[in-house]
Amino acid sequence: MDSELDPQHDYPLGARRPDLVTTPAGVALSALTLQALRAGEIHGPDMRATPETLRRQAAVARAAGRRQLAENLERAAELASVPEQLLLDVYTALRPRRATAEELEAWAARLEEHGATKTAAFVREAAAAYDERGLLANA
Amino acid sequence: MRSRRFAARARRELQLEPLVSPLPDLGLVASGGPSDPEPELVVEDGVVVRMDGRAAEDFDVIDRFVVSHGLDLDVATEAMTLGDRELARRLVDINVPRAELVRIARGLTPAKLARVVGLLDPVELMLALKKLRARRAPGNQAHVTNLKESPALLAADAAEAARRGFAEIETTVGVARYAPLNALALLIGSQTGRPGVMTQCAVEERRNLELAIRGLVTYAETLSVYGTEAVFVDGDDTPWSKAFLGAAYASRGVKVRFTSGTGSEALMGYAQGLSMLHLEARCLAVVRAAGSQGVQNGSISVVALVLSVPGGSRAILGENVLAAWLDLEVASGNDAIASHSEIRKTAKLMGQFLPGTDFVTSGYSVMPRGDNTFGGGNFDADDLDEWLTIQRDWQVDAGIEPVSEDEVLRVRERAARAVQAVFSELGLPVISDAEVTAATAGYDSSDMPERNRAADVEAADELLARGVSGPDVALALDRRGFPEVAEAVLAMQRQRVSADYLQTAAVIDRDGLVRSAVNDPNVYSGPGTGYRLDGERWELLQTLPHVVDPASLLGFEEGGPPFALDGGVAERGDDPTEVVVAVGPAFADGIRETIGELDHREVLEAISTGIREGGGSPRLVRVRRVADVAFIGHEGARLSGSGVALGIQSKGTAVIHRVDLQPLDNLELFGMAPLYSLESYRAMGRNAAGYALGRRVGPVPTELDNFARAKLIVRTTLLHARETRAVVPDASPVELELTAVETTPAQI
Repeated sequence: MDSELDPQHDYPLGARRPDLVTTPAGVALSALTLQALRAGEIHGPDMRATPETLRRQAAVARAAGRRQLAENLERAAELASVPEQLLLDVYTALRPRRATAEELEAWAARLEEHGATKTAAFVREAAAAYDERGLLANA
Repeated sequence: MRSRRFAARARRELQLEPLVSPLPDLGLVASGGPSDPEPELVVEDGVVVRMDGRAAEDFDVIDRFVVSHGLDLDVATEAMTLGDRELARRLVDINVPRAELVRIARGLTPAKLARVVGLLDPVELMLALKKLRARRAPGNQAHVTNLKESPALLAADAAEAARRGFAEIETTVGVARYAPLNALALLIGSQTGRPGVMTQCAVEERRNLELAIRGLVTYAETLSVYGTEAVFVDGDDTPWSKAFLGAAYASRGVKVRFTSGTGSEALMGYAQGLSMLHLEARCLAVVRAAGSQGVQNGSISVVALVLSVPGGSRAILGENVLAAWLDLEVASGNDAIASHSEIRKTAKLMGQFLPGTDFVTSGYSVMPRGDNTFGGGNFDADDLDEWLTIQRDWQVDAGIEPVSEDEVLRVRERAARAVQAVFSELGLPVISDAEVTAATAGYDSSDMPERNRAADVEAADELLARGVSGPDVALALDRRGFPEVAEAVLAMQRQRVSADYLQTAAVIDRDGLVRSAVNDPNVYSGPGTGYRLDGERWELLQTLPHVVDPASLLGFEEGGPPFALDGGVAERGDDPTEVVVAVGPAFADGIRETIGELDHREVLEAISTGIREGGGSPRLVRVRRVADVAFIGHEGARLSGSGVALGIQSKGTAVIHRVDLQPLDNLELFGMAPLYSLESYRAMGRNAAGYALGRRVGPVPTELDNFARAKLIVRTTLLHARETRAVVPDASPVELELTAVETTPAQI
């Protein structure tokens, strides 16, 4: 998925491939210095991983033979651009007997709007399991 | 009738905790429960139709989740056909690499995993754990909390924890609204103590996520999972909700480990008649299926329940092994109080301490137990020297480093000052100099000045509302003269950007390099491989602040000119009342005091006085050819006109001997030198005279101190070495004469 990354050798990215790492605003890792901070060039919300970085970490995990961790990090990459409130709402809906099948389907669709297709499928899978185990809310 | 010994034992603290016989119906059985299902996996056309005694249509949410996300069907057919014992043997076979075992585990059902690990005895479990740990080097996690939620004290304790080598530090809150302030104090303190230490604040998930988004924390381990559907649902979650939350945390750059542990299902009332280890295998299968990089397990807060049933400690070690086998990072418990008994608690600890885990404890209480608001504190500030000494005893790295008092005070003060400055810079309620002082050198939060707690929680709310984040903290530190802490806090923000610590078993070293199972894997394959405590690290861990140079224990030697002079060769006397006092080669010469710190001159005077009181005539002789008290005494007896002598070594051990006895026999032996007074030596002299004159003699009453040896054996060894160095082989014994007492101006 990433011609630039060699997941077997480029980890840790921060040390071996800082050129691949930026903030969501596009600031290079090497530019995140005290000087830049003093100059007001970087801000709190900038200091987080991008979806691309999380996908690269997923690739590293997969190359190390950790499929499930890789899938988790792929979901994380999708969720990196999902607003906090939506994350918390979906989490609440996934708790036992909180949501009907229709409501879970609606949350899955909302996730898809943000490009979180794998996570949306995950929510739909939960809805099916909840249906069979009586963990949906009464409509 | 009542035995007083049974009664004495019944008063021991151990008896405060009940032991119970197994009751499998309630899940009170450690492993191998009678209702645990037979391991089973039936796959038809690539679909799992039965697992561990259940048909697909009866699968609960745990089964479903494990089947959809956990089991690797490509491996399952091969793995499930391997015999239990064969798998168990591979776990301890150094010729079967970790990677191969991890590959096989991907295809094993929970029942199979539990069954195989249940076959290992404690030592085999330890070997398996040593082999299966994900990261090369073991580590440790600290707990930092206090009853008053004092920010200066939190920062100081976090700094000390970081300086002592803990790779992670966890705090929590007594009052939920304090969370941002506690997280802030922990961040500043930890980065003052040692850059790169990861921190977390265990609070409700929404709040936790907020702290993470602000860059005030970097990891979380609050995601609990359970082994039965009923308990999972009672905990208000499902495997899907927890897995989603795990991904949500990761999306905000938070390292996540799940939490599980034996006994929780029994405690929560729905163990469904299954053993603790079997249910934990189900938990761990969920954890792995959810894509968590690791788990905090080892019974955690339920440990005392698991220890109440037979095989509890073994099952807890077994669950740690299971987690490692599933390729998960393991923070292996030992945080909640396991027992009232220090012996029992420490014995339980050894299962994780000796093999080493990614985090030997899930929280070592860096402060005294009373300030541990996790309700834990199995090992705490007061136990630190014991922990360090046990590391040194076993040559084992269990993740805590010795640090001098001066250095501890330095980092604590620096951290308290730093948090004081940040509070001021960010307009938070003032931290006084008195708080800084108390946080630096105090014992616990009872030493801390009171704060206006209403103002603090209000400020905490405001801090969040203002959106203060990690970079703001770095900037505040920079402005107020803490550039090195500012740089460290900023470095943690950069770590969030590169997200390398999301990989399995990641910690950040002092140079800011992430070390995880990816780039620093455990490759133990027998003696001479894997992580070994040697070189500089071993030097560091053996040099405890209270270790002394053995030479310094001989501080009282060589004090001025000798006060006893050797005369001519001693011959056999002919006075029938004569009692020879035979001293060792270094007595009153190279050594001047007994181990009980009695001056040799005064000892000889006391013995002589005693001999005279008993009607005998003392005669001083030095034996030069041996240092052993029996031979010194026997040599003296050969020279004595009465045939009786009192032999004494420089350290004060004495013997009354008679010429007709075998050298290693004696009339009386006085081996408790540290306990003797001059009066004791006088009584020995009286008795020696009594034997010389053929009177009936009652033994000198002696005391017994069973700890004298533990306390003084090193000094005994050094004193004896000095004595043996003074030995002149084949030299004849010589007469000895005390010189006149010299008076120095000081004594006048």
